[in-house]
This record gives sequence, C-alpha cells and structure tokens, in this order.
Amino acid sequence: MLLFAIIVLGGIGIVSSILLYLTSKKFEVYEDPLIAQVQEVLPAANCGGCGYPGCSGFASACVNAESLDDLLCPVGGREVMGKVAAILGKDAGTTEPMIAVVHCNGNCEARPRTNHYNGVNNCTIASALYGGETGCTYGCLGFGDCVTACTFGAILINPVTGLPEIDEDKCTSCGACVKACPKSLIELRKKGPKSRRIYVSCANKDKGGVARKACTNACIGCSKCEKECPFEAITITNNLAYIDYRKCRLCRKCVPICPTKAIHKLNFPPKKEAAAGSKETEKELI
Amino acid sequence: MLRTFRIGGIHPPENKLSAGKKITALAVPTQVVIPLSQHIGAPAQAVVKKGDTVKVGTLLGKAGGFVSANIHSSVSGKVNKIDDALDASGYKRPAVYIDVEGDEWEEQIDRSETLNKVCNLSSKEIITKIAEAGIVGLGGATFPTQVKLTPPPGTNAEILIINAAECEPYLTADHSLMMEKGAEILTGITILMKAINVKKAVIGIESNKPDAISLFKHMIVHFEGIEIMPLKVQYPQGGEKQLIDAVIGTQVKSGALPISVGAVVQNTGTAFAVYEAVQKNKPLIERVVTVTGKNVANPSNFLVRIGTPISSLIAAAGGIPENTEKIIGGGPMMGKALVSTEIPVTKGSSGVLLISNKEAVRKPMRNCIRCSKCITVCPMGLNPTLLMNTSEFRNWDLAEKNYIVDCIECGSCSYTCPANRPLLDYIRLGKGKVMGIIRARKS
Repeated sequence: MLLFAIIVLGGIGIVSSILLYLTSKKFEVYEDPLIAQVQEVLPAANCGGCGYPGCSGFASACVNAESLDDLLCPVGGREVMGKVAAILGKDAGTTEPMIAVVHCNGNCEARPRTNHYNGVNNCTIASALYGGETGCTYGCLGFGDCVTACTFGAILINPVTGLPEIDEDKCTSCGACVKACPKSLIELRKKGPKSRRIYVSCANKDKGGVARKACTNACIGCSKCEKECPFEAITITNNLAYIDYRKCRLCRKCVPICPTKAIHKLNFPPKKEAAAGSKETEKELI
Repeated sequence: MLRTFRIGGIHPPENKLSAGKKITALAVPTQVVIPLSQHIGAPAQAVVKKGDTVKVGTLLGKAGGFVSANIHSSVSGKVNKIDDALDASGYKRPAVYIDVEGDEWEEQIDRSETLNKVCNLSSKEIITKIAEAGIVGLGGATFPTQVKLTPPPGTNAEILIINAAECEPYLTADHSLMMEKGAEILTGITILMKAINVKKAVIGIESNKPDAISLFKHMIVHFEGIEIMPLKVQYPQGGEKQLIDAVIGTQVKSGALPISVGAVVQNTGTAFAVYEAVQKNKPLIERVVTVTGKNVANPSNFLVRIGTPISSLIAAAGGIPENTEKIIGGGPMMGKALVSTEIPVTKGSSGVLLISNKEAVRKPMRNCIRCSKCITVCPMGLNPTLLMNTSEFRNWDLAEKNYIVDCIECGSCSYTCPANRPLLDYIRLGKGKVMGIIRARKS
C-alpha cells in the first residue's frame, strides 16, 4: 500500500515536472539580461521621477535607448548613471541635476493671517475651499501636502516660518512635490554650480499694491529686475517676475535691486557678496 | 403618513429662528460689488467700462456661453472700476464696482405691486425673457434657469416640481417669500409650466411650514394644475433627486438628469424671479437673504440688492455678537464659512449664519469605528467611508467605480459620524479629481 502511494505520487510529480518544463520552454519570454543588471544598480525607490513607471521601466528604457543623454535617475544622480553607462558600454548622459524650489516666502511675519482655517490639514482640500488663511490667494497654505508626497524626507515645514524647506542633500528632483502642490508653488530648477541659484520666491499675480498689502515679501511686478538683468533672463507676466534658469548666469544684480527682497540667492559665499558687481567675481561665478 | 425620499437622510435641529418674520427691504448701500461670475458655468463678459452711468436693471455682463447668465446692475450710479473682488468662493474673481447715486430704474421695468396673472407669451418667448433677466436657480446651486427649461432633444417634460422644502436648518428665505408673495410665486409657476409645456406642477414643501401650506392650499384653487404636497421633514429633501423621489416616487439613475424621469425641478425663489422677469420685465437684481444665528439680536429676512456687502446685512440684524467664531454663507449644512464680511451678496446667497465659538469648533478626528452610520444616512446610497479612503489614498479608479461623482455634497455623512471624520471634505476632493479625469477622457 505504501509502495503504491509512493509510485502514484512520484509518477504525478514526474509527469507534472515534464509538463511544466515543456510549457516554460514553449512560452518563454526573452528578457535582456542587461535589464536585470541595470536594475540592480538603480536605487529601487520606484519614485517615477525619471518619467518611467518605476525602476524596471527605467532600466529597460536605458537598455533600449541609443544614448543615455536624456535619461537620468534623479535619485541616484550622476553616480548611478555612470554605473549604468559602464554596464551598457554607453557614454553617461549629460542631463543636469535639478532641485525643487519653493516660490513662496510668505512667512508668518510677512503675511498676517486674516482668518483661521478649521478644516482638514490638507492643502488640496483647503485650496478647493478657498484662497487661504492670509490675504494672498497664491501663497503656500502650509499644511504640507509636499511633505507627505516626498518619499525621501527632503521637505519639512519650518515651524517658525510655516513654509516648506527643501533639504538639498536629500532632494532627488523626482517631482512628486511639484505634482502635489495645489498652488503650483514648487518648481524643478537647475541645481547650479555648487548649488548656487537665484529665483523669485513669490507666486502672487495680484497687482503690486494688492500683493504688497497681503504680504510684505511679495513680488509687486515693478520690473526693476527685468530692466537690470543683462542676460534677459527675467520676464514679468501677470505682475510676477520669473527668472529663466536656462538664461540666468548668476550675476546677482537683480538680488539687491528688488524692493521687496522677493529674489532669493542661495549658497553664494557671503564674502564675495560685498564685491558683487565687479566683473572679476562675476566671471569666477560663471 | 407624509412622503419623503426613500434612502438615507437626517433630521438636524431646525432652528428656524427667523420664521414668521416679515421681509424687510434693506437700504441701498453706497457702493456695490457685483461679481461677474455668480452662477455655475462660464463667467459673464463685462459690457460696461469704468465711468459708465448705469441704472437699476442695466446689463453689466453678457452671458459668456450657453451655460452662463446675464448680470445686471442692482443700483443706479457710476461704474467705479472693474477689478477682482473676493467673493463667497474664497477667491478673487472679476467684479463690477458701482458707486451708488440715487435710485433710478430702467424704464421698461414695471415697479407696481399689482398682480399680473395673464401671460400670453409662447414657450420660446418666456425662455428668452428668463435668459435675458439672468435668472439662475436660487436654491443655492445657481444653475442657469434657461438651460434647465430647455430639455435636451428626445426628452419630454411631464411634471414641474417646485422645491419649497427649504430643508437647510436656520434658513427661512423661501418660507417668508411664500408667505408674502404667494400669488406671484403661483403665477411664476404657471409661467414655468407654460415654458416647458406641462399640465401639472407639484409644490414639495416640508411639514414644518404649516402656515405656508394652509395659505397655499387656499390659493392654488385659483390656479390650474398646481398641487401642494407636504413632506416629512428630512434633510436633504431640497436636493433635486431627493425631491423627485419624495414627490413622484421615482429614482433618477446615476449620472442621469431629472428630465430622464420627465421632471423639471425649480426653486420657489426662482419661480418668483421668473414672475418678475416675465410679467414685470425686472431682471434678477435682488433676493431674499436670511440673516440668523442663535446669538444674533434680530434674526431677519431681508430683501437685498445683489452686490451689497454681507457686513451691512449683519449690521441691520443687530451686528456681530460677541464670541462669534464663524460667519457662514448659506445654511449650516451646505454653506461655506466666509473669509471676510465685505463679500457681496450674490444670486446664490440664501442666508448668512453667525455661529458662536462653542458650535463652530470641529472636534478632533478619530479612527473609523465601522459603525456604518454614514452609509445609512447617505441620501444617494453611497459608501462615504470607502469614498473618503479612496480619496485619501488617491485611488481614483476605485472612487469612480463607487460612484463618487454622484455625491451631492449634502454633508449628512460628516454630520452623523461619531468619530468626527471629515468625510465630505475628502469626498469633495475626490469628486473634483474624478470629474476632471472623466472630462479628460471624454475630450
């Protein structure tokens, strides 16, 4: 009886294994082994920041692409792309690293509250209801949808200013916060040499007087910076200045001229600031 | 046994403090701000410019599309500027500022009080007149009335249902209008019946307005084809689909219009506005607004010119009481807290409610205890707790499959939730997203 059971079960096992083997041969899907190799060096964050559905999608895109010029893993950056290039025997891409920038500087002092929000702590819900707790209907609501969206812990709301701050070391420019912000305040900009960059920290499109009344840090659209800029990088649309990071050469001339200090510069050495304007420093910076 | 809609519903404390108060005309303010977008649909296009002299009833903005409405001046004076103004939406939108000078009316407007019952116009002429007068649904949704009266081809209206439910607690604007302008409302209903070519109209009214019911029972004998139907007090009976179910006992399918069951629903206030537009050539330039609240010195019903700042209404009702925490535009259930008292009265403002700090505070949210109360009260038969979760975790596919777009945003779920979960807040968010996705798919 025991022998019979062993023969029957063993027989079933052998027959099924042959069947399985044949089916797997017959319906085999060929996958480039390179894809698996590339995927191994990718960070496996599956953030979608590269524009492809997850890391495996990006890996197959890398393998199939002719050159890696337009492909960049924002999380891994140049380092990972170098590894990918080594595996594939292609040149590493030249895509510039980007970083998220918040276009609002309406801190608690500059932008006094006109009302008190008593609903759900969620920017999207609040912005669907009304303009916000202050006179500025364009500014940051401060409930932290961007913080929730960031999977790298790169954004935190500063409890003093009530505004989101971006950790340069952690930000991978995946763009999740850009999509999450209902006020469209976050933009991915060129990280710049040594993380130096200049941007307008305001999104208020109201007329100058109205904007100023709501927030003392607001851009009033006076167009002083537009005139000052030697590279035509600044444009004013709807009473709001915008610095095109592709044209900006970081000369910093617009920074001191802004009457409301809405133009921010980051990571410039403080000493050289005194000498800003002289041609030598400019060249050095460029 | 009184009829009501068959699924869900709640009965919050009625608090109709201003019931039985006469409608008082509020003095014309020194400046009015008339938003160009007071309705659902495309904003009106301004046809006046700075410095123009306007009279009461002068066209300020022309309808910007099929689903849009004309905007008229509610005062006489000079156009100060056309600029953005904060309105009840909480955002700044274009509006016409008018400095008031005197009170001169356009000549064609008949200002007499005499009742003019006879209307010999054809259906088309009536609808044109309604469109010209800029009439929108005055129950609060502000959907342009002429669009509702023009059924899509292939459909046929069989019954006109008049919404006199006024199911929102506190509000008495429609009730007071019925007590004072009954004959005008009934004439307006007759005109509406002619416009959509139906022989029967039913006024659905909640049984907490016995004086209006008995008054109308006496009056309708003089009008052909109009019935009055007292309904059990149940919120949200004023919702279009709920009222249809309560009155004719037919449910409108998900995504379908009321016309699919042969019904057209109009508000009592709208019926009165239609009467004034068709018989008196008067565009929609004023409306009845209830100003109320437990601590308000003198809760009242005011006849207010469109564009009057809310602050002057509150002042007329005795000022802002101490410890007021929130001022709500509309009723307590569907209304929205206002961010400024300078926000103007628009066509959709049915009430101003001042609530104290004790009542206004939202209690902290706790975890869902799966009691399913929200499912029991949802008048659309939805699953609010599931919909909130789909919204919170951004699962729009699942939200769509569970009919999130059918939500009428009545707030019964949030009201009843023992864990104080902000169900409607999240559902509203998801509804907007899913509607956007559906629109994108269609185009």
